[in-house]
Amino acid sequence: MKLYELGIGEAHGLLKKKEISSRELTRSVLDRIAAIDDRVGAYLTVTETAAMHSAERADRSIRSGQMTPLTGIPMALKDLLCTQGVRTTCGSRMLENFIPPYDATVVARLKQQDAVIVGKTNMDEFAMGSSTENSGLKRTRNPWNLECIPGGSSGGSAAAVASDMCLGALGSDTGGSIRQPASHCGIVGLKPTYGRVSRFGLVAFASSLDQIGPMTKNVADSAVLMNCISGHDPKDSTSVPEPVPDYPSFLTEGLEGVRVGIPREYFEAEGLDPEVSGAVRRAVKVIESRGAACLDVSLPHTRFVVAAYYIIAPSEASSNLARYDGVKYGYRAGDHQDYLEMYRSTRSKGFGPEVQRRIILGTYALSAGYYDAYYRKASQVRTLIMEDFKAAFGTCDVILAPVAPTPAFAIGEKIDDPLTMYLSDIFTLSANLAGIPGMSVPCGVSSSGLPIGLQVLGNHFNEGILLKVAYNFEQAAGHPPGRPEMGV
Amino acid sequence: MKIPKEDIIHVAGLARLEMDDAAVEAFSEQLGKVLEYVETLNRADTQGVAPTTHAIFLNNAFREDIQGEHLDRESALSNAPEKEDGSFLVPRVVG
Repeated sequence: MKLYELGIGEAHGLLKKKEISSRELTRSVLDRIAAIDDRVGAYLTVTETAAMHSAERADRSIRSGQMTPLTGIPMALKDLLCTQGVRTTCGSRMLENFIPPYDATVVARLKQQDAVIVGKTNMDEFAMGSSTENSGLKRTRNPWNLECIPGGSSGGSAAAVASDMCLGALGSDTGGSIRQPASHCGIVGLKPTYGRVSRFGLVAFASSLDQIGPMTKNVADSAVLMNCISGHDPKDSTSVPEPVPDYPSFLTEGLEGVRVGIPREYFEAEGLDPEVSGAVRRAVKVIESRGAACLDVSLPHTRFVVAAYYIIAPSEASSNLARYDGVKYGYRAGDHQDYLEMYRSTRSKGFGPEVQRRIILGTYALSAGYYDAYYRKASQVRTLIMEDFKAAFGTCDVILAPVAPTPAFAIGEKIDDPLTMYLSDIFTLSANLAGIPGMSVPCGVSSSGLPIGLQVLGNHFNEGILLKVAYNFEQAAGHPPGRPEMGV
Repeated sequence: MKIPKEDIIHVAGLARLEMDDAAVEAFSEQLGKVLEYVETLNRADTQGVAPTTHAIFLNNAFREDIQGEHLDRESALSNAPEKEDGSFLVPRVVG
């Protein structure tokens, strides 16, 4: 086995026994990036020199007996997490040369645990997209089929984990942006409960929906990263002061007593590929065979989820992105006579088409005369969607569902039709609207060789039960997609 | 359904965006389709339903009023497109 193929837990074991060093491990990952990333396009920035310095420091820590579960582990970060002194682009021309003067809280926590950051990964511009095709800077391809999208918006992180260009990564999820690329690339992705992980230093898209989470090669690694990044942060007033459990302690065999809800509306949804629903239904059987009890649940407002989301998220985005005015940081256009022209020219040249589309949509929904019909109505429907989950979690502990209606689609297939692209988010948006945790775990492979994910949803702050169910599935089913053949 | 072009131009102005005719045309068509789809919300019965703007219940997050660590002026200005004498430099705002 090559060192870059290791997961976080396996590598930790070998580092602890001093069978490998972080320098060897990090070198192996950097060489892997050099060998294949010209084809995959996962990274926007590779921080080779800093990574090797971190690896040396980690090796010194290990020699002196100071070790955390992440000491010396090579990690990638979605390029909307601020990294002090390392450019953070958010996939946008607007921030192409932005060098944050501080670390995001999750980045500071990784550094405190002596993790090695190898680079920053590509994404849809400002995290707006489901395919990473909206990146203003680079194209990322699916390691399983280079003609297909890796999913999005955390497509670079997913592709990097899937093709062993890091041991684990962080992404962010506003409407499925961790879970959907994880599903398309055959890896494990977890969107925590809103407020579980600090958003300080995360470039904001839709502040009531955004959440940072782990993207990993297996479920146990997800639990390790959750331990590192979870918890209250005084710098994020929406982070919740709930105690953080020890997530790996949930990874125990057997699901006796666990009640699993199957939402009929999700399996009856238009456009659900029979191969996807087949793989998910087989996964449900496997989970049942581990002792869980299945029951039908209903989420009757599912048919309103996409419409509510595509009013609320663009509304919040139109407000959040007002800060890009060419004054404090980021791009400033040169051709202007006065300050208004500077704003307009800067924003029109700095933002790509999808970002402008969503700013217009959000501004429209919030503008005088339309606010009640759109934003207020969508916010009321959001309440109904939350109540659906509240009722369902009265009878079950987790809900199982597909992640995406189809496996990864071809690059270019949906890029000219925003509505069709939005509709593909049907199964992931509700977790963000309701603030609940959701997880994607690989459950099968399509006839064309593309990974399929199973989604596990839980009630607020119940990430532990998600990890337990996903872990039991993984123990029984293995890792269905295996690894992509990269020809090196 | 298309959104009238004047509406797109008006909203673009509010959002401080400028766009050429082709972009106005494309947005009027694409956003028209999105808003037509969004009309499905009208089938949801929301009478008496309170709006949700935040999924997790939190009271105000108070803290002690003690000065903490903050960015120094140099760091805060480090990404400014134009700066002068420790300040952001902008085009003339007042005539």
